[in-house]
Amino acid sequence: MARTEGTPAHWMDLRRFTPARVALRRAGNGLPTAAHLAFQAAHAAARDAVQASLDVGALQAELKGAGLASIAVRSEAPDRRSYLLRPDLGRRLGDRAAIPRLPGAMLFVVCDGLCAIAVQRHAAPLLRHVVAQLPGPVAPIVVAEQGRVALGDEIGEAMEAEAVAVLIGERPGLSAPDSLGVYLTWQPRRGRTDAERNCISNIRSEGLPPEAAADKLLWLIGAMRRMCLTGVLLKDEQPTTRQVREV
Amino acid sequence: MGYAHTLANTRYKFENLRTLLARASPYRSGDALAGIVAAGAAERVAAQMALADVPLATILAEPVVPYETDEVTRLIIDSHDAAAFAPVASLTVGEFREYLLAAGPQALAALRSGITPEMAAAVSKLMRQQDLIAVAAKCHVVTRFRNTIGLPGRLSVRLQPNHPTDDPQGVAASTLDGLLLGAGDAVIGVNPATDSTDAACTLLEMLNEVRERYVIPTQTCVLAHVTTTLHAIERGAPVDLVFQSIGGTEATNASFGMSLALLHEAREAALSLKRGSIGDNVMYFETGQGSALSADAHHGVDQQTIEARAYAVARAFSPLLVNSVVGFIGPEYLYDGKQITRAGLEDHFCGKLLGLPMGVDVCYTNHAEADQDDMDALLTLLGVAGVTYVMGVPGADDIMLSYQSTSFHDALYLRGVLGLRPAPEFEAWLDGLGIARATPQRLPARLSPTLIGLG
Repeated sequence: MARTEGTPAHWMDLRRFTPARVALRRAGNGLPTAAHLAFQAAHAAARDAVQASLDVGALQAELKGAGLASIAVRSEAPDRRSYLLRPDLGRRLGDRAAIPRLPGAMLFVVCDGLCAIAVQRHAAPLLRHVVAQLPGPVAPIVVAEQGRVALGDEIGEAMEAEAVAVLIGERPGLSAPDSLGVYLTWQPRRGRTDAERNCISNIRSEGLPPEAAADKLLWLIGAMRRMCLTGVLLKDEQPTTRQVREV
Repeated sequence: MGYAHTLANTRYKFENLRTLLARASPYRSGDALAGIVAAGAAERVAAQMALADVPLATILAEPVVPYETDEVTRLIIDSHDAAAFAPVASLTVGEFREYLLAAGPQALAALRSGITPEMAAAVSKLMRQQDLIAVAAKCHVVTRFRNTIGLPGRLSVRLQPNHPTDDPQGVAASTLDGLLLGAGDAVIGVNPATDSTDAACTLLEMLNEVRERYVIPTQTCVLAHVTTTLHAIERGAPVDLVFQSIGGTEATNASFGMSLALLHEAREAALSLKRGSIGDNVMYFETGQGSALSADAHHGVDQQTIEARAYAVARAFSPLLVNSVVGFIGPEYLYDGKQITRAGLEDHFCGKLLGLPMGVDVCYTNHAEADQDDMDALLTLLGVAGVTYVMGVPGADDIMLSYQSTSFHDALYLRGVLGLRPAPEFEAWLDGLGIARATPQRLPARLSPTLIGLG
């Protein structure tokens, strides 16, 4: 982040160095009212992001405007509560017959995941950049409601796709309520593990912008095609120490 | 061996101890996800009544995960201390609950190595939250490295200055913020965003410099994977504590990329550095209910019993600090504030009963049905229960891990309402700086940011 010159002498000066909630001052041992309410507002935004529904029609229209055909599907999770409590349902496809057989095509699946807002904002711009520069056949974009990462395995298996990139809304944080993740899996089929995927995370305007994420994804797809694999052996980054789990 | 109980003219049968423990567990979403919860409230109480009549000796004799295929079970059985167990060897689980409620601190301390995790988990399932608090409050576990942690009447804080890109200045700024608010006596410990040896070494050097420049009687830690920390030690980095996430089965630990042998190797490496000034507790472990199911490594055992088994792993390595990260895992394992609260108190109780310096990361994610009020309640309950330490995160918002933990302010609140004090060496350091009672707007010269590279 940007640095300001000068010697910090006051508590407030620490804010120059980190986006963390430092120098909040004290009211007794508690938070001042403004800081307390700012936190509550950030939590409210994150909670609303988790509960928000994906506007599938609007997303499909945006994709169509970018010249991308799409198919809408649902997982077996009927609603948000089931989605949160039963990860297995979010990994299973409601209607397999909706998926065409397109052997060898590159498949993109867009899932609401834990943050439909992130998908609504960043999925179409990212896909427009990637598909425009990607050699080889690309399948219609599959837009999935109540989906988890592994849903892409079943869709990719039904399609006999070369690989699948799942664009999915990440678990919202207070300071990052609209973050998109991308999980790339070579030769998708049910039962693939997280160790067999590559991930790009924190895609949002204030994090990794969609255009930069598109470049990174193109690089990963190229490397994947050269090595005929995804996962640990293709890794350019390792995960965080607390296992931030797939959504 | 099968178990059964008749309640209101209905006969409930449980085919083995594993099933009985699962059916007796207070409801939580992770056990439902695993398909092992009681069918209803009546079956749960029937299971608790059946469990109350099970002798502790039977629990010792009937491992819930096979001895032959699981090194955690072998550790539990092979290290069991029959002499320490003797005072309770003839008791049932129900009688054991009453024994614990009546026992004094010395009797509880003497019992530690005779209690297995499954015994602790079993008795916890018969306990109300009040019982979990009352017994834990009598268990005093003291550990040392550069200061003394866990003395009665004390509450320590792990200063957790995480940063999304591991920026050293960002980490340093959050560290100074925490010190000004009285946090950091448990450890100054960073979760790195990337688990590379280079990143770990950079942060280790920076944290060590902060500690030396400010002359803080505490320890630092980068919570990287154990193999990364071993590499950092080989490179000569200033490693105080070795961190690792641990679980309650061999397969869970394998999913974390580690084994008991690797932990032994790492502990020996850390001990060889001789960096502790007043003690040699060099390990730091984190745990959490649900990790075994998440790794498909739970063997049909309920998540709380598996969690307690992780404490047997921890105690084999004489750790300085152990904490459950209770609300981090998400709603498919602990759905709401009620489940998180119960789990946090269970974890603290089981850890303390087994002799661990138990802290709790009182926390939640944004897809769980929980909020700050739930965290305030759990934090307060744990304070009453004598929790060894809690987390301190700037404003309770971890900007790297995207979850909410407790803040520096929360720790001050808890010390304030319960009259708890920091570790004695750290308290003297705070007093010497004049920042123990209020946080100055203008920073004292001895805590000048320029001393730690800010400016």
